Amino acid sequence: MKRVRIGNGCGFWGDQLDAPVELVKTGRLDYLTLEYLAELTMSILSLQRQRDPQKGFATDFISVLKRLAPYLIDQPNLKIVTNAGGVNPEACMQVASEQLRAQKVRDVPIAVVQGDNLFPHLDRLLEKGHRLAHMDNGTDLATIRDRVVSANAYLGARPIVEALKTGARIVITGRVADASLTVAPAAYEFDWDFDNITQLNRFAGATIAGHLIECGAQSTGGLACNWQSVPDLANVGYPIADIDEQGEFILTKPEDSGGLVNRQTVTEQLLYEVFNPAEYFTPDLVADFTSLQLEEVGPNRVLVQNASARPATSTYKVSIAYRAGHSCAGMLLISGPQAKQKAEYCAQLIWKRLERIGLRFDKQYVECIGTGAKAPGVFSATNSNFSQNLNSAFEGELPEVMLRIAVSDSRQDAVERFSKEFAPLVTSGPPGVSGYTSGRPPVREVFAYWPALIDKSVVDPLITVKSLTFSPNS
Amino acid sequence: MKTRSVPINRIAHGRSGDKGNHANIAIIANTPASYSWLKEHLTVPVVAQYFASMGASTIERYVADNLFALNFVLKDILAGGASQSLRIDTQGKTLGLTLLQLKMEIPENLLT
Repeated sequence: MKRVRIGNGCGFWGDQLDAPVELVKTGRLDYLTLEYLAELTMSILSLQRQRDPQKGFATDFISVLKRLAPYLIDQPNLKIVTNAGGVNPEACMQVASEQLRAQKVRDVPIAVVQGDNLFPHLDRLLEKGHRLAHMDNGTDLATIRDRVVSANAYLGARPIVEALKTGARIVITGRVADASLTVAPAAYEFDWDFDNITQLNRFAGATIAGHLIECGAQSTGGLACNWQSVPDLANVGYPIADIDEQGEFILTKPEDSGGLVNRQTVTEQLLYEVFNPAEYFTPDLVADFTSLQLEEVGPNRVLVQNASARPATSTYKVSIAYRAGHSCAGMLLISGPQAKQKAEYCAQLIWKRLERIGLRFDKQYVECIGTGAKAPGVFSATNSNFSQNLNSAFEGELPEVMLRIAVSDSRQDAVERFSKEFAPLVTSGPPGVSGYTSGRPPVREVFAYWPALIDKSVVDPLITVKSLTFSPNS
Repeated sequence: MKTRSVPINRIAHGRSGDKGNHANIAIIANTPASYSWLKEHLTVPVVAQYFASMGASTIERYVADNLFALNFVLKDILAGGASQSLRIDTQGKTLGLTLLQLKMEIPENLLT
């Protein structure tokens, strides 16, 4: 019976550059997916495009493509589906095709899916009464409209299937739901029908497969609680979903790779970033994880069966980013004895020196890393759970702590002034201040996240699929 | 029944993730017996008290019996989330391990 092997070689922009190549080399893939877009990546790409109309896509993809090019020749059935297009999929397609041409790779048609970018349409949408209200608190987008830098709907698998139907071997999209990058190849290969409700559970299976592989090594041993039992994480294999026509699949990884796929690693990733496990929303459907059956069917092979779902909602989620001032965070090593007390004293010195010139900040925050700062207040003597715990008892005797101080403010110059107050502590603070080696901490612009919903009927007419085919003589 | 005060990571594993300003923590029991015990004892009030200092607006618990898993959703716990939080762990990546460090009076027969 026909199966489709889909591997994900990239879980976020910044993931291991060698992973996609290793996966293609050893994974016997039909499809490689590459996922580059986190919640706020679009805002950064959007600003890049404003400065240069040829930018705004994930440039890492081009470096990866350069290394994948020989395998596209050796493996004539291999296809790639990626959201590397960011806010400029067409520019990404152009650069990708030039890269392939430079390496004399022929017969690799490329297609792009567009229509997710709502930024150019925002004013018209608001005028027509689409409030794009904040999903959590219902505030109208109009209240921050002038600060918006990007707005993208999460598209589903349908247009990617259309792109594959053009004969494309590389499909480049903008914002699509991560799981849909996997759903589309399965739906295309098995000729599933999006409108046939009796096939909904097949789509659910592929959606769950996509969810499990979208974060790369997180389902093959990365982050595993039982990390000491995970072999050879240095050579961790990236995940492969081996899907059948019914949407059931085996989650696995390349043979002879490091890492681990078992019930534990798969379950941990299954619930990652999930809220109600009976209602996992994607543009394609609403999946129910509570019917799933997981079974270990061999070393590093977990069979996932019995996925279920109800039909998709009538809305797309929209990810909007808006300017929200600047921020800066710096760190210093503070030696014991009295490491924590000295760290707190250093923070007071910084605040006093800045107050002397009239500076206070919209938000300011101090952490003594090494004393439980990861969960502020939880690891404290006042929490009965830890009152007898060494974490609080030996605070006074810690060999060292990292002092981390952060501010954010609407005034960029004030934040820049803050960034210059760290170095002086090395000579004008208490003894044992060190670790100041990488210069002043960087000031960065803050882009706040604004999730919203919009009717699909508004977005669907904007969706286009465009393909680019090499001429044989090029 | 004899019990011992030990962290729940003795009978469970888990992972946390974020969406905007919210986080989820999945606590997955190592055995069906541990799952039954956790389902009864690791309740929303217990988790809410443990994280009281971190400012969550609401905490919900979902159960997935098929996965032996409890999934806690902690709204507004990330002090602004990935984009705006000034904390070192802007995305609540460590919240899962933090909850697994919670000590409870666990029956000794579950501690293998």
